[in-house]
Amino acid sequence: MTAAPPRPQTLGEKLPQALRETIIAALIAAGLAFPIIALGAEPDINNQLALQTRWSWVFTTILLAAGARFLAFTLETMRSRFVAAAGLLCAAFGLGTWYFAGVADPLLIGGTIVAGAAAIALGYFIDGDADVAPKKRTTVSAQDDTSTALAFIGIGVLVAFPLVMLFAFGEAGSLKWINNYGVQILIFVMLGWGLNIVIGLAGLLDLGYVAFYAVGAYTYALLATHFQLSFWICLPLAGIMAAFWGVLLGFPVLRLRGDYLAIVTLAFGEIIHLVLLNWVELTNGEAGILSIPRITFFGIPFTAEENGFAATFWLEFSPIHRTIFLFYLILALALVTNFATLRLRRLPIGRAWEALREDEIACRSLGINTTNTKLTAFALGAMFGGFAGSFFAVRQGFVNPNSFTFMESVWILAIVVLGGMGSQIGVALAAIVMVGGTELLRELDFLKQLFGPEFNPVQYRMLIFGLAMVLMMIWRPRGFIATRTPSIFLKKRKAVAADLVGEGHG
Amino acid sequence: MRWESQPLLHVEHLTMRFGGILAIDDLSFAAGRGDITALIGPNGAGKTTVFNCITGFYKPTEGRIAFARKGLASSADVAALTTTGKRHAHMPSGDIYLLERMPDFEISAKAGVARTFQNIRLFQGMTVLENLIVAQHNPLMQASGWTVLGLLGIGPYNKREREAVDKAKFWLDKINLLDRADDAAGELPYGDQRRLEIARAMCTDPVLLCLDEPAAGLNPRESADLNQLLRNLRDEHNTSVLLIEHDMSVVMQISDHVVVLDYGTKIADGTPEAIRNDPKVIAAYLGVADEEEAQAIVGGGA
Repeated sequence: MTAAPPRPQTLGEKLPQALRETIIAALIAAGLAFPIIALGAEPDINNQLALQTRWSWVFTTILLAAGARFLAFTLETMRSRFVAAAGLLCAAFGLGTWYFAGVADPLLIGGTIVAGAAAIALGYFIDGDADVAPKKRTTVSAQDDTSTALAFIGIGVLVAFPLVMLFAFGEAGSLKWINNYGVQILIFVMLGWGLNIVIGLAGLLDLGYVAFYAVGAYTYALLATHFQLSFWICLPLAGIMAAFWGVLLGFPVLRLRGDYLAIVTLAFGEIIHLVLLNWVELTNGEAGILSIPRITFFGIPFTAEENGFAATFWLEFSPIHRTIFLFYLILALALVTNFATLRLRRLPIGRAWEALREDEIACRSLGINTTNTKLTAFALGAMFGGFAGSFFAVRQGFVNPNSFTFMESVWILAIVVLGGMGSQIGVALAAIVMVGGTELLRELDFLKQLFGPEFNPVQYRMLIFGLAMVLMMIWRPRGFIATRTPSIFLKKRKAVAADLVGEGHG
Repeated sequence: MRWESQPLLHVEHLTMRFGGILAIDDLSFAAGRGDITALIGPNGAGKTTVFNCITGFYKPTEGRIAFARKGLASSADVAALTTTGKRHAHMPSGDIYLLERMPDFEISAKAGVARTFQNIRLFQGMTVLENLIVAQHNPLMQASGWTVLGLLGIGPYNKREREAVDKAKFWLDKINLLDRADDAAGELPYGDQRRLEIARAMCTDPVLLCLDEPAAGLNPRESADLNQLLRNLRDEHNTSVLLIEHDMSVVMQISDHVVVLDYGTKIADGTPEAIRNDPKVIAAYLGVADEEEAQAIVGGGA
């Protein structure tokens, strides 16, 4: 990002560029709006589907997107552009609903959201090219070009994944891919990222992470069944609850290090498991909590009924819609976790975590309150675990203590260790290998012909992964991505070799 | 004699017991503002224990450690503060802290006493620059709105971080490590690590800098550079320095005041010239037998 061309200063000089951007935005909006909004099939008097066109809505969407882009471009800093685009979006939304008075049509809402998102995304990418935000262009905390590009490609692939699967395997065939591979892997990616804060950054070995996952799941289950609260209210509450338990665990173990810390956190995980099992009045014991309200599309249920998601969006009902929505939901949650962690690494608290992992005594000599630093790591790690738990509950529809055993903690820990402690991309890769690998074992039916019909490859997963772990520890003892990326640099970001990076003392 | 007229640190009747071992026995001394005070003595004399008591890593068994961040630590005010039971107060003579009552991180964060370690304690897996940024944790934490505002991208954090980088650059320039700012601290040669640890301590804006054997393992050239750096800290950055050192060429050349410990008690206290000729010091260093040889060691670098 060096020597970007200087940006035109006056509005007159900017105008040609602004117009060009506006036209691009309009074209993108048109491209998006045409397949989504332009055509629709509605039953006529004879209850037969008839094709309808909504050119005026398409036109409105394009105008809104173009207007938003133009206004956003004329404003100086990136942040104010975001605000302007968001404000315009809200205004357009309000105007739109008023204009089509009473017609609370999801198409309009969807169209506006798509257009607004397109405008914002475009604004973001243009900012990436032009030197418009000197605040973010200093050597301080700038991202490498290649990794940014890779991240965008990765996110793009993930966003397209369910749709591609749906297209490739059909509704029945894609369920396995989206649910067993997509959602399942993303849950573990998110848990791995959450635990990465505690183990990878702060260097505190936590063997009871599943406890926070359980707290999040039960918080959601209890709030949703007893108080009929919606997912979006329960989600932050579950996160706060898990963070609270993270601090509660943190206090007694502050003085412990290494093996002792690991044992106490392990015990904590078991305590939570046993409480869930035995406090029958609250948790319903082994039977668990059943019939947790299912996820809805911002209030629109995924049912075959008239007010259901499929009917509202003129789609044919299919259970795959819910799965796809769940996929995007966990993808969003995982990305939020990742974004927050990456940002935290560049804030004093994140640097203090890493310093704590490197040398606690030196931290104290520099005036860092290590008690608070450790508690924050526990609390934030636990919070993301709680979010994941909340998602788990809404996905399953029921929770019972068997989902939160010590094996789950081990599984998450293995993902973090295998991926490389502290590395976000490493943890994601490890989750794909470990969870995806287990699922792949189910596919190996042909082995039955070799070993007889009794043979079930899934039963060997622990053996295989045990072996894989041993081999990893021999060849790559610090995980897939062993090097550490500095959080700040003066001239050049140089990765720090693994043997220099501390593993924490517990 | 600034340690008498302008004391900023008063160690009084300091006693430290580890089980049955008496590491420090009723030690009292003062350090003057603007002085380089050297704490010397044979191995096992209790020098590092004194450091650990001053910087809060040990809680002294008995005794008082009064420190004036601003002004003087006059004995009347220190006595008045002691009876209140508080850790810190703005007294008429100065801004006084009772270090023996404070936890270690507050001694650095609030009182302004920074330290280095005998066995270097850098954040080895972090870059040189990151080491100096971590040292500025407390002001940056405030600028990031205790993480909340920083996470949302609101507030002055980006600006403050740039200022922190500038400060780090200033100190890196001073210790000739600017070119290696993006390298891991653990990759640096030993002498550079020593200087980096001093720079990191200086990034906390200390009033008193405590250096535990800063010249250990340095070659004569590096040792001379260190002398230059320490004088510069004293003269241009208004930092008082308290150092433990075995290298007599460093001690005798740069210190304004020398305190000699042996078996946990003070055996001499005075200017370098006075210490050099003190028979008790010579005896402590080499036993009494060969006075001439002892004289040669203690008087080294004269």
